Amino acid sequence: MIRLTIDYREVQARPGQTIMEAALAAGIEVPHLCHDPRLSPVGACRLCQVHVGGIDRAPVLACITQASEGMTVITESPELAARRKAILELLLSEHRVACTTCDADGGCVLQDLAYRYGADEWLYGAYQHGEPVALNYTSENRGIEYDAEKCVRCGRCVRFCDEVQMASAITFDGRGIAMKVNTAHGRPLHQSDCELCGGCIRVCPTGAMRERAAMGLGRAKDLAAVRTTCTYCGVGCQMDLQVNRRLNRIVRVTSAPGLPVNDGHLCVKGHFGFEFVNSPERLTDPLIREGDGFRTASWDEAIGLVGSRLRQIRDRGGPEALAFMSSCRCTNEENYLMQKLARAAASTNNVDQCATTCHAPTVAGLAAAFGSGAMTNSTREIRDCRVMFVIGCNATEAHPIVGLEMKRALRSGATLIVCDPRRTWLADHAHIFIQHRPGSDNMLINAMMSHIVGQGLYDRKFVAERCEDFDAFREGLGGYTVEKAARYCGVEPGLIRQAAELYARGAPSGIFYTLGITEHSCGTDNVKNLANLAMLCGQIGKPSSGINPLRGQNNVQGGCDMGAMPHRLPGYQDWKDPVSREKFQKAWGVKLPENSGGRVTHFIERAGNGEVKALYVMGEDPVMSEPNQTKVIAHLRKLDFLVCQEIFMSETARLAHVILPGACFAEKDGTFTCSERRVQRIRRAVAPPGRARPDWEILCSVSTAMGYPMNYPGPAEVFAELASLMPSYAGMNYARLEGDGLQWPCPTAEHPGTRFLHEGKFTRGKGLFHSIAFQPQKEEPDAEYPLILSTGRTLYHYNVGTMTRRMAVATQKQPRNFVEIHEDAAARYGIRDGQEVVVRSRRGRTTARAAVGRKVRPDTIWMPFHFVEESANALTIDAFDPVTATAEYKCCAARIEPSGPPEAASRQQPSR
Amino acid sequence: MNSSIKNALTFSTVEPSGGLRAAMDKGRAEIIAEVRASGIRGRGGAGFPTSVKWNLAAAAKSDRKFVVCNADEGEPGTFKDRVILSEYAGLVFDGMTIAAYAIGATTGILYLRAEYTYLREHLEKVLAERRAKGLLGQGVCGKDDFELDIQIRMGAGAYICGEETALIESMEGQRGEPRNRPPFPVDTGFTGRPTAVNNVETLAWVACIFARGADWFKSVGTGKSAGLKLFSVSGDCKAPGVYEFPMGITVASLLEAVGGQDAKAVQIGGASGYCVPAGEFTRTIAYEDIATGGSIIVIGRERDMLKVAENFMEFFADESCGQCTPCRLGNGKLLEGIHLLQQGRCSMQYLRELCSLGETMQLASKCGLGQSSPNALLSIVKHFQSEIMGRIPAAAAAARE
Repeated sequence: MIRLTIDYREVQARPGQTIMEAALAAGIEVPHLCHDPRLSPVGACRLCQVHVGGIDRAPVLACITQASEGMTVITESPELAARRKAILELLLSEHRVACTTCDADGGCVLQDLAYRYGADEWLYGAYQHGEPVALNYTSENRGIEYDAEKCVRCGRCVRFCDEVQMASAITFDGRGIAMKVNTAHGRPLHQSDCELCGGCIRVCPTGAMRERAAMGLGRAKDLAAVRTTCTYCGVGCQMDLQVNRRLNRIVRVTSAPGLPVNDGHLCVKGHFGFEFVNSPERLTDPLIREGDGFRTASWDEAIGLVGSRLRQIRDRGGPEALAFMSSCRCTNEENYLMQKLARAAASTNNVDQCATTCHAPTVAGLAAAFGSGAMTNSTREIRDCRVMFVIGCNATEAHPIVGLEMKRALRSGATLIVCDPRRTWLADHAHIFIQHRPGSDNMLINAMMSHIVGQGLYDRKFVAERCEDFDAFREGLGGYTVEKAARYCGVEPGLIRQAAELYARGAPSGIFYTLGITEHSCGTDNVKNLANLAMLCGQIGKPSSGINPLRGQNNVQGGCDMGAMPHRLPGYQDWKDPVSREKFQKAWGVKLPENSGGRVTHFIERAGNGEVKALYVMGEDPVMSEPNQTKVIAHLRKLDFLVCQEIFMSETARLAHVILPGACFAEKDGTFTCSERRVQRIRRAVAPPGRARPDWEILCSVSTAMGYPMNYPGPAEVFAELASLMPSYAGMNYARLEGDGLQWPCPTAEHPGTRFLHEGKFTRGKGLFHSIAFQPQKEEPDAEYPLILSTGRTLYHYNVGTMTRRMAVATQKQPRNFVEIHEDAAARYGIRDGQEVVVRSRRGRTTARAAVGRKVRPDTIWMPFHFVEESANALTIDAFDPVTATAEYKCCAARIEPSGPPEAASRQQPSR
Repeated sequence: MNSSIKNALTFSTVEPSGGLRAAMDKGRAEIIAEVRASGIRGRGGAGFPTSVKWNLAAAAKSDRKFVVCNADEGEPGTFKDRVILSEYAGLVFDGMTIAAYAIGATTGILYLRAEYTYLREHLEKVLAERRAKGLLGQGVCGKDDFELDIQIRMGAGAYICGEETALIESMEGQRGEPRNRPPFPVDTGFTGRPTAVNNVETLAWVACIFARGADWFKSVGTGKSAGLKLFSVSGDCKAPGVYEFPMGITVASLLEAVGGQDAKAVQIGGASGYCVPAGEFTRTIAYEDIATGGSIIVIGRERDMLKVAENFMEFFADESCGQCTPCRLGNGKLLEGIHLLQQGRCSMQYLRELCSLGETMQLASKCGLGQSSPNALLSIVKHFQSEIMGRIPAAAAAARE
């Protein structure tokens, strides 16, 4: 550490830190407008001049001058104050001082500094309106508005867009006094490369960049900040809901640099995706079916009806006749209560949640190999990866803040290997891009491992000391030559070799995967094989080195942790293990169910054949999310009793007998567990609409009505109970979770939490190799359906669209469904970019607009599944992974044909 | 002969490639030592010792280094580089080649201002000839360990790109905006690699130094300002054009040579330079007195000094890149102040504010543009007080009484 003196105080700095960084860390506020800790210093505003080595020395800029040993710095003097006042007065001549009507009032750095230095806004006369600037690149945008007359040209937004987001959508245009922020050629923002992350707003020191929708809903000083966890993907970003208490309304979302997971960054959904909270379409009252429609009911009536019907059906049909769908969108506490409701009140293991739809193969596969299934490293560690092996994972869209960490690693020189049937952003920036055929992952991974073993590149010591069953595994690699795999995957053999060597030699290398790996009929095998790869190369159990499934939903990690699945009690404790059973039976005062229960997929099947008669769905929409939609609807219609606990009238809720209005993430307290196993608080910011209630309260009422009373003063007490039963959460409580939360395992009250897993020893003891034989997809393309259809997510929408389809910013950018098709295939079928098309599979049809380009392979088409009216799941196949019943969303056979005239260009694909 | 050239130029007497061949007989260290012995300093105006720059670039460790010739001659009143490039391009390329050899660069880039696009064809032809003669390419001048090619990159019409770090940004395809220094280009320059940026004239003199010897160069000029210098003379004089004079020449002798003895003032160093009043014509043009890149604008007796200041400030208000606050806004405010003075609407108080603003700009601006743009106005206010005060109603009334 370097020691220096700032304003007569001794402070410390790391080598390479600037005076500004050292001062801010010590709590000394050096005035600045253009500095941001996450951006490269530019020295544009010139406000941070300080004296170094004496007050008589010419000032230097604190933001670009490195701290050095023994340096003496003075940050305030009459001369500095005069210079700062002069610079501020220049800025005030350019800035339309309109604090009386500005949303940033009370949260504006220029305002604060002008006050601090007594800058005269009238020195250069009244503000001169220049050229009309109201019309600019944001004028048509529904999310972001830029006001050049309030802009101080600090360039934070431009640098953020360029350096952090790497979108380079905005730049400075013009020079001198005419300089302003603009897109290239002034193209409207939503038609530019802008990813609408809102970063420009978050870094803006004045009111120049702001949310259009927030205008007039409260000045910065009218708003109260409520720190909470984002409710979209599983990255676990911390954010501040800025709430106007008088209006009971979230006005905007901010975040702060230095937060452990996201460092103040958010994506388009995190920044703008809260419109749904205040939607007039929210469910406000319990509803009971009456003929084809619903009538409003009191809570007493609705809960009474649910309790009695569930009891009745259980008593007549046995506990197997009841099934419970918990929700990864809900809190840990609620998931815990849901599985407790199923197991203790209904006496069934028929409880599951959407992990089955996505990452259940991760839980199963990694648990088999290592003994526990979760991201082994932390998000923060990604920046230190030297090699990133990214397979079936479109992080910059589906997990954008993890994507930012990967971009950061790229900027600091990491090697990026991407294996994906689609040319994603990461693929475009990869050193090695393997665009393999959908469903050929194990062919590829086996060939890589076969090459690594053949070249002697594997970590013999790690394999010998930390793993078992290597010999059988090694034998199993026999037939998988690089040439054979290259032929089947449709890629260059040289790329496979290079990827294998780079990964094996990386110091360190990390594996990142998502649903491109799990959503296959061989999903669990795929995961096990990635575990093989990591163990083979000893690339696990170290900082920045491991295997990292990025979880798709805010609390899918927590939902699994809480045992909201058939075969595991909370904390992944085996439901058959007598010791675990005894612990829970004692705690809950009931005998645990004996049946093995089923998965979401099984519930749908069994609803069709009459085994399941009542289904309780909390915060899920299986009609939209399960494959082969037509069949799902038919089966759900056969149920005697369907309860939906929801915030909107979902497609599934339309079929329900009773609908219970729940509270969204901003309306209740609780915890989410994110991908990196960090348990973080969510906090109530606004009251739920109408008579809607927090879901944990509803679950307690239902359980009580079923004859198993549950009474908790609040979520903190629920958490205390679950922590007492789960060793990995045992050291946590709400008091300890204040601040940055804790990463499990955290077994004792003193334990600091665990940054990365499997250091020195795997959870199960030795890592277990599995020999994985390649299995092709269940439905191969043929003459009738010649293309492979793959489905997935986009940056702008989230899952079934309940929330994001109500988001003006996202719907403007991506108003309707589209299907990506390679230009060669498009030419073959006579399809032009932007044209209306029909996509068919053996199970159904849907429409979309064609997005023609080179993003997908010529043998593949790709569709997102966010759009209810053009549902991709009308096409997907109900073929499942045999272990976890996860559907093969990534591969089915389909065909495509033009059905109408071309509209405007799709703008869904970069032209390259 | 180019009609702009008004007296005999040394460049016309030096054989192209002669200096280069002489230099190629020496070792890298010897070359830099010879440059140091000559005492040559940067002819763009800043006067940084060329040998020091080369030494730093030579010492920097990198897989690749660059030599850049700054041909973004944008200072108002300067046109000597244009003449050098059109008449003596061979000497410039000789100088670049010597520099490249000395620092270990394999690529040379000539950054040509957009207004000189018409010179590009000629320069490309010269380069093609040099490639054909083995003066460029693999094994320059038969030296197996020396490979060099020189390419031309075009500017796009921004004055700021004459500033070496903005020039590098521009060559990289970025907005032409200055970088923070340190790191300096000799360490972290084009694409982050060591880069020596030299002015057109400096490089041409380097070729002459190797043709004639360091002692020849050192024998003229002053102790701190060695050698000869080209001047671009314009304005109210009988014979404007390009002149060669020894460094250390007095303003008076220069004016005599160009037929501008009656001048009221001379703007030396272009718009960002100094306005020297008649009373100071005994001063010398040298790095230790009045430094210049060679722009001499003669201002006649009948000229309105406020008009002169207005002309310069209009230029800067337009050419400021806009990145840093003092320069982006300060130049505009100084120009507005000049307009107020012209309209008789400026108070003494406000004039003091403007002068204070000028000082803030000099001290707080990021690069040379904003640091020097107030010079002209400030020196006019200082040296032509009566002309300025006459525009302030209260001061003018007081003077009449």
